[in-house]
Amino acid sequence: MTQLLQTLVDGLTVGSLYALIALGYTMVYGILRFINFAHSDIFALGTHMTITIAAVLGVKAADAAVPAWYIGPAVLVLSMLSCGALGFVIERLAYRPLRNAPRLNVLITAIGVSLFLQNVGQLPMFFGPYPRAIPKLTPDVVLGTLADVNFRLVDAAVIGTAVMLMLALQYLVHSTRLGLAMRAVSFSHRNAALMGINVDRVISITFVIGSMLAAAAGFLYAVRYEGQAKQTADAMWVMLGLKAFVAAVVGGIGNLRGAMLGGLIIGLIEFFGVGYLSSNYRDAYVFAILIVVLLFKPEGILGRATMEKV
Amino acid sequence: MVSRGQLAWIAWAAVGVMISVTLAGCGGGGAASTNEILIGHYGSMTGSEATFGVSTDNGIKLAVKERNAAGGVKGKQIKLKTYDDQGKAQEAVTVVTRLIQQDKAAAILGEVASSRSLAGGPVCQRLGVPMISPSSTNPDVTAIGDMVSRVCFIDPFQGYVGAKFAFENLKLKKGAVLFNRAQAYSSGLKDNFNEAFKKLGGEVVEEQAYGDGDNDFSAQLTAIREKDPEFIYIPGYYTEVVNIAQQARARDIKVPLIGGDGWDSDKLANAKDALQGCYFSNHYSHQDTRPEVQEFVKKYQAEYGAVPDGLAALGYDSARLLFDAMDRAASLSGKDLAKAINETKDFAGVTGKISMDENRNARKDAVILEVKDGVPSFVTSIAPE
Repeated sequence: MTQLLQTLVDGLTVGSLYALIALGYTMVYGILRFINFAHSDIFALGTHMTITIAAVLGVKAADAAVPAWYIGPAVLVLSMLSCGALGFVIERLAYRPLRNAPRLNVLITAIGVSLFLQNVGQLPMFFGPYPRAIPKLTPDVVLGTLADVNFRLVDAAVIGTAVMLMLALQYLVHSTRLGLAMRAVSFSHRNAALMGINVDRVISITFVIGSMLAAAAGFLYAVRYEGQAKQTADAMWVMLGLKAFVAAVVGGIGNLRGAMLGGLIIGLIEFFGVGYLSSNYRDAYVFAILIVVLLFKPEGILGRATMEKV
Repeated sequence: MVSRGQLAWIAWAAVGVMISVTLAGCGGGGAASTNEILIGHYGSMTGSEATFGVSTDNGIKLAVKERNAAGGVKGKQIKLKTYDDQGKAQEAVTVVTRLIQQDKAAAILGEVASSRSLAGGPVCQRLGVPMISPSSTNPDVTAIGDMVSRVCFIDPFQGYVGAKFAFENLKLKKGAVLFNRAQAYSSGLKDNFNEAFKKLGGEVVEEQAYGDGDNDFSAQLTAIREKDPEFIYIPGYYTEVVNIAQQARARDIKVPLIGGDGWDSDKLANAKDALQGCYFSNHYSHQDTRPEVQEFVKKYQAEYGAVPDGLAALGYDSARLLFDAMDRAASLSGKDLAKAINETKDFAGVTGKISMDENRNARKDAVILEVKDGVPSFVTSIAPE
């Protein structure tokens, strides 16, 4: 019982991180029909920005004391803003000039941007080529205990923030004029343009929102894994990004609810697989699910059920 | 204006110039000048395991500096060239090949991680240049061939040391193991520990694995907690240990964590509360009162302003042992030099007396260190069986 409950909590927490990252993949795919490989690097930069911004605000990793309650949200907002700006610049400089180029060119450019971000992030003037210590941003509070499982504030903060951001995105896409424009662009660039929608601007905004969500995931990563964060070119970021991408595909790429559902599914499968089967095949469980879904429902779990694509 | 055709010719000419410049660079810059002996070091100077490479390099540099001040080897100055392999095995192959074929290094020092020594070693063996690994403990490393040797003990002994300390000194009978399945060092040491601990009469109640890119160990730790062990043996690198310790304490696992020399790094301070009262086996302690150790610690502190860790001491020893072998060798050809290295007897190193056995491994005592406020401090030393 203890193990079941603990695994459930961990799976949901990590699953909601995957979901946040998956949203960025799925939004860009929905609008531009290409996989933004640089997305996992924005996530990595989000974690490193969190550490840097926290240090600027006076929270150092060596401090034993927990900072004031408003520091965490402030760091979250600032790192989301900075990564959102970065997403804007990337789209403007790397992807917009290729708007009418074959899709393969854009894909290769995305890989180039990914390598660029990984290695520039490693420069000493930015985050350096070493793991960095993550400061404590949330107090160590146990909210409740059930069957020997501690429900900690950290987990609640991660899940809560992720759910709030996903609800906000859902509202934005389905209940605002901007969301309407995004959905229109995802159906057809040309028709949307004919209706008076500034397509380039909508695409820019999509990138900014996707990058902000990745930055939020990066922040939540830092909150959950106090200890140290590896340098931006480490393979672990790519692996986490890859799992989030699998989540987007499993849920149905291009579909927002699918990305959220896919994230939770992947998180739970990974944790139950490790806990109950064998920890030797951790990544294999995730990719096995991908194969199964691609074999039996290639459009993803929610791929066809809802027709709207973003 | 230049026409399209002219432009193409100019482009080709530019390519030609670049190629010839590159070729010239290879030929001219490569070979060491006649009054210098070039030795190469490859290590993880950047990346997750950067403290391994940087500490080792500091130790080697100190040894080179001392030796050059004392007149060098065979009347020639030693020149050290260090390449960063970024902690990647494929990069290790590239830089070792470069050190030997382009820079013409007489001998190679490196790597710390067994996985990367297992990548670089075969290159040295094939090209006939001796390689001394300062601190790769997996037995397979020196099994590569007669060109590869090491100045540290090997994992069957280190696994025994960890098991003996847990069983006899701490009186713990029920252990769990969490290891990195993707690393030769970690999975080898895990087997050696399990074997030794069972032989002593202990029980390994749970075995869990993680991979190279893993950062989340909560599922494994939850499974381990179910079995209620008295300690967890983690034969991994400090990179993961820091996060494992944090996550274990967050799950109310309060038992001590015990590890091997892969823990040795000042980065343990990143989890100083979580690692308080944990132990690991290592090659040396800076608190050792032997005069060799204290003299080395003093010199190292004067040079770098930091307390040397075990990897720095082993880097220092590997370089000094190499110079000693160069003195004794008939010539600096790969064959003669390897022979001299493999014949080393009772070399007085900082990390103990080093004698190469028939498998080119050093036989030495190990020390057990306890993490106190993020800093390892000496507990006891354990001799080979």
